Amino acid sequence: MTSSTVSTARPAEIAWHPAVGRYAPIVVIALALIAAWYIAAVLMNINLVRNAFERNETPYTTAELIAGTLNAERPLLPAPHQIIETFADDVFDWPVTSPRSLVYHGWVTLSATFLGFLLGAAFGIILAVLIVHARTLQKSLLPWIICSQMVPILAVAPIVIVVLGSIGLRGLLPKAIISAYLCFFPVTIGVVKGLNSPDPIQRDLMRTWSATPGQIFWKLRWPSAVPFLFTSLKVSITISLIGAIVAELPTGAQAGIGARLLAGSYYGQTIQIWAALLAASLLAAGLIGLISLAERSVARLMGAH
Amino acid sequence: MPANWRRLALLAAAIGMLAAAVLPLSSEPTAGLLSRPALLAATLLTAALYAGAAFVAAPLSIAASFGGVALSCAVTLALLRDATIAGYAAWGFWLPVLATWGAAWLGVARLAAVKPHDKTASRIVDLAIPLLFGAFIFYLWEVTVRGFGVPTVLFPAPSVIAIRFFASPAVLWQDFVQTFVLGMLTGYVIGCGAGFLVAVLAHRYTFLGRGLLPIGNFVSALPIVGIAPIMVMWFGFDWPSKAAVVVVITFFPMLVNTLAGLNTAGHIERDLMRSYGAGHRQTLQKLYLPAAMPFIFNALKINSTLAFIGAIVAEFFGTPTQGIGFRISIEAGRMALDMVWAEIALAAIAGMAFYGFVALAERATTFWHPSYRT
Repeated sequence: MTSSTVSTARPAEIAWHPAVGRYAPIVVIALALIAAWYIAAVLMNINLVRNAFERNETPYTTAELIAGTLNAERPLLPAPHQIIETFADDVFDWPVTSPRSLVYHGWVTLSATFLGFLLGAAFGIILAVLIVHARTLQKSLLPWIICSQMVPILAVAPIVIVVLGSIGLRGLLPKAIISAYLCFFPVTIGVVKGLNSPDPIQRDLMRTWSATPGQIFWKLRWPSAVPFLFTSLKVSITISLIGAIVAELPTGAQAGIGARLLAGSYYGQTIQIWAALLAASLLAAGLIGLISLAERSVARLMGAH
Repeated sequence: MPANWRRLALLAAAIGMLAAAVLPLSSEPTAGLLSRPALLAATLLTAALYAGAAFVAAPLSIAASFGGVALSCAVTLALLRDATIAGYAAWGFWLPVLATWGAAWLGVARLAAVKPHDKTASRIVDLAIPLLFGAFIFYLWEVTVRGFGVPTVLFPAPSVIAIRFFASPAVLWQDFVQTFVLGMLTGYVIGCGAGFLVAVLAHRYTFLGRGLLPIGNFVSALPIVGIAPIMVMWFGFDWPSKAAVVVVITFFPMLVNTLAGLNTAGHIERDLMRSYGAGHRQTLQKLYLPAAMPFIFNALKINSTLAFIGAIVAEFFGTPTQGIGFRISIEAGRMALDMVWAEIALAAIAGMAFYGFVALAERATTFWHPSYRT
């Protein structure tokens, strides 16, 4: 029974700035994870490096061995600084139109993500509005929408590509459709919840003012659905990114982060895979940040403080 | 929909059925409906049922329209057995299909408006509506694909998929074991278990928790599926690499949710446990874990879909010659789309069954939660 009391037992001794109390654990844990990564890199690559030394019959010291594990060309687990070096190299040292540039690949994936996200979010919102207004749809369609998410949709990706390719759709759109199919669901569920969130008493009030269904929608239901919408948009934009990346795998696409992962795994370029992963993570973080920014400005427009 | 409009729509459906007897069934020379007495009788009966449904009260009207829909489905499917109609269907065929669509929609709409007083009756209605809807979607899929003669390599009809599904149980079972049991379930159990244990530790040691929660939140928003090629490199082509991907994917949602759940226990309850002189283990067992249960099940549900996706995606990066993802990409390359869809059906059934199992377990263990006490 100490876990909950530790923080309350001695609050007065540590009178640090609140930011320290908040960020210190994060920084410490993050540093510990990075240290663990370095140790893991040494342990996982050591056989590789030792074999290389012995093959060349060069004498080596332990220090050289360890330095070798952190700078191997094709390590099992690259050290963080190697990933960042390759990442910076791929991002800054090549013109953005070159297929060696990560910016180029990131843009290819990002454009599919955006298109898919727009399609998915629009579809999700329309579906939600229909479901809220038609009892038949709510009862008949909603269970199937939920079931559709139990289907591992990414498994369908190759066929979607094949079918769409056979009717002449290639390039960006098939990828966007896959990511739209993945990301509409959170939007639908969130917006349905949001549109239904006004109290019955508020709806009754609108009715006593003899508001039309359109007025009830635009003045009551939609404004109360906006916070729910943004929460689901944040979930769905990362899903959309995942969809775009994965959709690049079965197509054997020449460009995009997914293609980069695939190429890296074919040629054993581990550092390249990790750099692509880093790029994907940065994209995800950036996209979520973008939505949060939009959320805040919309909230301000709607009169939040 | 106002009663008048509904009546008009049902009458239009009846006329649409009658059109089958007059208009040509196919763009190829074929026997008309008038020379197929059994089908003609069924068509006329359907038209009569639709027309009747327009004029009787609710329960009988619903029964009449669904009876008509069933009969008309049988007629159109029987017509498609004729090689001169399948692929060449004309208005005489499509008008009854459209009429049936309309009648089915009206029937479902009226069924959805029914509010039975009995609890079991309302549960049956709630179950029947999506089932009827789904069955009709499959019917439309079948009729459209076969009526227009869409080639199987593009889009196979459900009947073709079903035949393929039941014709190749050995292959499907092998893929199921490889992807679902070995790859996904193993990883799911390890990943969720590890996430749970770390969450309990992070809850016990507040410092760890305060550091891990933001990091975990961040990581669970990342496209972790991307580690699949690395795991394939580390653990080889067989199922351990798939399980490893699933472990990493399921770990963070479980960690974050469990930690959030463990923190929901209120001050008053904690003080009560302290006044009982309960140790940490006892408090964990009697207070924190039960309070965290809904959150844990939430994570288990999220993970059940994530895990399956991870296991299948990992197969794109290299597999032994079995597994759902492997089979799908191979068969799609050979244009054997019926096999691809059979695998998708397998994946869908397995995924739904697994999700249903988790949901049932949730009901059995957290029956006390407000969301179930409506």
